[in-house]
Amino acid sequence: MFNNPDLLKFIFGRLTLDSLPLHEPILVGTFVVVATGGLAVLGAVTYFRLWGYLWREWFTTVDHKRIGIMYMILGIVMLLRGFADALMMRMQQAMAFNGSEGFLPAHHYDQIFTAHGVIMIFFVAMPLVTGLMNYVVPLQIGARDVSFPFLNNFSFWMTTAGAVLVMMSLFVGEFARTGWLAYPPLSNLGYSPDVGVDYYIWALQVAGVGTLLSGVNLICTIVKLRAPGMTMMRMPVFTWTSLCTNVLIVASFPVLTAVLALLSLDRYVGTDFFTNDFGGNPMMYVNLIWIWGHPEVYILILPAFGIFSEVTSTFSGKRLFGYTSMVYATVVITILSYLVWLHHFFTMGSGASVNSFFGITTMIISIPTGAKMFNWLFTMYRGRIRFELPMMWTVAFMLTFVIGGMTGVLLAVPPADFVLHNSLFLVAHFHNVIIGGVLFGLFAGIGYWFPKAFGFRLDPFWGKLSFWFWVIGFYFAFMPLYVLGLMGVTRRLRVFDDPSLQIWFMIAAFGALLIFLGIICFLVQIAVSVLKREKLRDVSGDPWNARTLEWATSSPPPDYNFAFTPVVHDNDAWWDMKQRGYQRPLTGFKPIHMPSNTGTGVILAGLSMTFAIGMIWYMWWLAGSSFIVLIAVAIGHTFNYHRNFHIAADEVVRVESARTRLLGAGAKP
Amino acid sequence: MTVNVHPAQAGEPVFYLVDEHEHAEGASTMLGFWIYLMSDCLIFAILFATYGVLGGNYAAGPAPKDLFDLPLVAVNTSMLLLSSITYGFAMLSMERSRIAATQFWLAITGLFGLAFVGIELSEFRHMIHEGATPQRSAFLSSFFTLVGTHGMHVSFGLVWLTTLMVQVWRFGLIEANKRRLMCLSMFWHFLDVVWIGVFTFVYLLGMLR
Repeated sequence: MFNNPDLLKFIFGRLTLDSLPLHEPILVGTFVVVATGGLAVLGAVTYFRLWGYLWREWFTTVDHKRIGIMYMILGIVMLLRGFADALMMRMQQAMAFNGSEGFLPAHHYDQIFTAHGVIMIFFVAMPLVTGLMNYVVPLQIGARDVSFPFLNNFSFWMTTAGAVLVMMSLFVGEFARTGWLAYPPLSNLGYSPDVGVDYYIWALQVAGVGTLLSGVNLICTIVKLRAPGMTMMRMPVFTWTSLCTNVLIVASFPVLTAVLALLSLDRYVGTDFFTNDFGGNPMMYVNLIWIWGHPEVYILILPAFGIFSEVTSTFSGKRLFGYTSMVYATVVITILSYLVWLHHFFTMGSGASVNSFFGITTMIISIPTGAKMFNWLFTMYRGRIRFELPMMWTVAFMLTFVIGGMTGVLLAVPPADFVLHNSLFLVAHFHNVIIGGVLFGLFAGIGYWFPKAFGFRLDPFWGKLSFWFWVIGFYFAFMPLYVLGLMGVTRRLRVFDDPSLQIWFMIAAFGALLIFLGIICFLVQIAVSVLKREKLRDVSGDPWNARTLEWATSSPPPDYNFAFTPVVHDNDAWWDMKQRGYQRPLTGFKPIHMPSNTGTGVILAGLSMTFAIGMIWYMWWLAGSSFIVLIAVAIGHTFNYHRNFHIAADEVVRVESARTRLLGAGAKP
Repeated sequence: MTVNVHPAQAGEPVFYLVDEHEHAEGASTMLGFWIYLMSDCLIFAILFATYGVLGGNYAAGPAPKDLFDLPLVAVNTSMLLLSSITYGFAMLSMERSRIAATQFWLAITGLFGLAFVGIELSEFRHMIHEGATPQRSAFLSSFFTLVGTHGMHVSFGLVWLTTLMVQVWRFGLIEANKRRLMCLSMFWHFLDVVWIGVFTFVYLLGMLR
């Protein structure tokens, strides 16, 4: 039976033993490490009999708080993978001089820079941002959960399935070698006949479904489930930026879905959308993907802006300066983000008028962004600033992001862009804004809301160590790239001829090493905080003397978030409650209506992943059958009409009295 | 939502609801589904834009005038438009809680939808038979993709319609089923609107090109 090539081809499609990269020592080594680590985790879970607990309490949960935490874990795990890629690239570029080829062969290096971009954007930044929004937004608006709790669980697992596909490509087959946006004609079948681009397409399509649905979900949540009294102009700024981000998600991810679908038709069916012949037009792809891609960067940065706003006003002990202008600036950025996509390819040759239009719209975006910057500065002005870790990240962001913003305005000038296009100057610019903006914001947010999620603070010593390694490492890693870019070095090069450039790459590699230490310190910080949790414990639920509603409930919040739905009178609702002598209700608890857990999300995402694997490897039987089962399970799920239950009043009383006892035992109310 | 003041606190600021009405189940469903539809609309917008850019690139192959059979497309269009009207009748019956009439009109809607998909498939088969395949030129690639995506949406709607008919038959016109029928109604009319765009932009303008 195993000698029949047709049968083997039918069963395994393109998958053969040669698809396993057994001849690549780096990959085999990585596989051994990952497999050993994975087996150790699985073994520990089995040994401690945690499978049932994980399945019931986490995998099948519809609680927005737990889903948010799972998103954060996914993002941090993928950060390690994405950063390993970055470290390898920096080492390769620092070594490959004076006739040395470095240590990465071309086809491996090309996969690494592609995977680094894809992972960092889709599977690090997106899960971390979505995770924070998921956790914080319902609490900030005084809701019990999101509008569609089951969809929330499903979205998370779809994102995870996409991440698993990317990870799988490391050991089975290969990843795309096209750069993170997979421009055709390079990504067409003629030039990329292997599975790499197919992994790319299906990982993004599967994860994209999750992102889109989570966008719909959070918009509905913010529009429909706000506590009474919370008008739009009384929403916390983080909720505002989340709303705008999710509007951007819903209004841009379908474009990505469509353009990747067209690329797959070119690859699977042989259509002529992005081909060089038969009337196809590759620049069509570049336009379409950036119509998604530019809003995407604002999807990432807007929530970070929201985090900085919350952090600045909390740690300055002041109401946010210019709330209204902050909201309008956010909305203006949301709209403008759709009018600038062409600045990613001024060199396309669309002519002076078109380039001028997009250059000017790009520069205009710096105005609302600048307004935000001044709002934060004026919030700090004459405030009693506490330099806790989240505030330190915020100050580092303000300094770093302004540099990135200014190099962005430089790139927005079309004649300058013709020189800088595709250079390391560009690479330095977008790392400057994404690390200095999004990542610093996420670290500020993690430090700020961690005590809310777990009931104890993060250890400040290791946090500060991580902070300084990150910030200094960032400047060492990326300032040299600005210099190199100005000297005309293009991105994605593997070997260099000019030995005078090497010193700059050495400095950049040193910076990457510092960032590596920053990541290690961050992980140590979490571990140390867990070990010292009793010392870092906060029972008050409001460790920072903060201002918004999420701090009105306990840390961690009960399943139902609020025993009674809060009523809002002011922008800083919790601050207002504290000022006016709010007394926590102790009696009169009622049963609370909550959504039930379900495993359907896990199953549907698993089937989608199986379908994707079938499509990637041309195992048509697998793709077909898993698609049919997918539809059947989805339809079957709609026959379940009983998706809610009540938390009994006794249970609410028990949870709330436990908190009363804790608060009575020495903690401030 | 009404704010119920705790009697002991009258005059004091109210910071929480003592007596809370439960959120009606599915209160956000219509909004959520509408937002989803708009995102779907964007996919069609991209396909229309692609057709707009590539629709004239015949690559020395057949052009719309050589391929399109307007009377057939007119019949096809009327199938879809009629199905929208009959879906409207189904919704009217649903409002009056008449299960049999609702099911009857849903079935009629399904038949019209089936006819639409059938005619479209035979049109595709005819074109492919003449050598006008999706691989022939960028015009044909974008034509088949735009029209085919719409057809796939209608087919998906048919599966959904059948499922809902089973659910109405099993569980009656309960609140959840009414909400689902309402969602499908939006979906179905949305596909109608998209088809009017296809008919005008692809078929009519194509004949003028």
